[in-house]
Amino acid sequence: MKLLTFVHFLPVPAATLSELHDIGVTAGSTPILRGVDLVVRPGEVLGLFGANGAGKTTLLRVVATLLRPSAGVATVLGVDVTSPQRFDIRHRIGMIGHIPGLYPELTLGENLDFAASVAGVAPGGVEQALEAVGLLGAINRRAGASSHGMQRRAEFARELMLERDLLLLDEPHSALDQDAVELVNGLVGKIAAGGGAAILVSHDRGRVDAVADRSLELVAGSLR
Amino acid sequence: MTPSFTSQVGAVVKRDLRRQRRRGDVLWITIPFGAVALLLMPLAVGTDAGLLQRIGPGMFWLTVMLFGVLVTVGRASVETQAQRDAASLLGLDPAAGYAGRSASAAALLLIYEVIVGAIAVVLYDIEVIGIPWLAVTLVLVAAGLGLLAALGASLVNSDSGGSALVPLLVAPLSVPLLLGATQAYEGLRLGSSILEWMLLMAAVVLSVAVVGVITARPLQES
Repeated sequence: MKLLTFVHFLPVPAATLSELHDIGVTAGSTPILRGVDLVVRPGEVLGLFGANGAGKTTLLRVVATLLRPSAGVATVLGVDVTSPQRFDIRHRIGMIGHIPGLYPELTLGENLDFAASVAGVAPGGVEQALEAVGLLGAINRRAGASSHGMQRRAEFARELMLERDLLLLDEPHSALDQDAVELVNGLVGKIAAGGGAAILVSHDRGRVDAVADRSLELVAGSLR
Repeated sequence: MTPSFTSQVGAVVKRDLRRQRRRGDVLWITIPFGAVALLLMPLAVGTDAGLLQRIGPGMFWLTVMLFGVLVTVGRASVETQAQRDAASLLGLDPAAGYAGRSASAAALLLIYEVIVGAIAVVLYDIEVIGIPWLAVTLVLVAAGLGLLAALGASLVNSDSGGSALVPLLVAPLSVPLLLGATQAYEGLRLGSSILEWMLLMAAVVLSVAVVGVITARPLQES
């Protein structure tokens, strides 16, 4: 009996990291997403491309559990995105949007330090992560005084430090030089190799296809 | 390792105070503005020393309310959607986020109260009596206003320009604090009991804190 109870609480590896069935999102009366079905498996790098306004960012926010769909069922890391348990899995999901989420008044180091304190990362993690993206020398530079490319690198450093299971990247290659592009692709590959998954969103199919295992197109809120 | 609630609150307070120190709008804009408001008042009501001494404490608390609300609202509305999303995905407990934002706002207000209060004492020749009780009053008002402003900012989506509505939500709710603070000083001056006014302020602080913590999750997701 005791053994059975113990077994019951063992973590079960999820067969899918994210499953979306017939997802719809509306803004007022305007449909943003319509009937989206999407399955992301461990180890997979999925590319999503589409024109501006196709609903790519909205779809990422649903997968990140930050946006409740108005129709359909979405399960991420084994949790329904509308259930209160979504708060418990958020630290396992990383998202880098096209607008940096750093605090411009804080230095790059302080931004990562805040993330480390909230997420409970061991001391030393910040320097290690910044070094990995080539920003250790800019640790004391304010985010607001850093270039867009540097801010994106710092955000990649944050995701590297937090060791996410699911990484969602919105236009990950924009404003990056070739070294940084390779760095991003390396990070994506590392997460996939560790049993996680990544979704890369872009309007540029060529860049997505270079990294992704498979690619899907989003047209006017529907997947093709 | 998941950090404790208090560690997350501490991280938010540290972040907010650092941001404020770099922005400097409390130190270089709001405090001088409050001091100027106190300086201009005698020009309007005359230079009767007795009258100024009598209305001085009320004037001080009024500037605390007005400028304090502006300080906290300004602070609370400087977070973008991308920053809020990033903080959520760090696993930041919404209640810890609310508590941290309130605590940092309260700390800023306390600084404002101490500096502008000292100016008011000099300008209006206000009698400083019952220092321990005055200190408790300053802390309760700062805490209450900080909690109210953080709650107001959560209620309004600042990205849609709704932060302009926060003062309309916060100002009426801060009236019991203003009333408690002025009456507590008056009680100290007259040597009468101020317990009920202290309890009123404490009740406001407690009520807003409870409402803020309970509503933190639904408000963050709405």
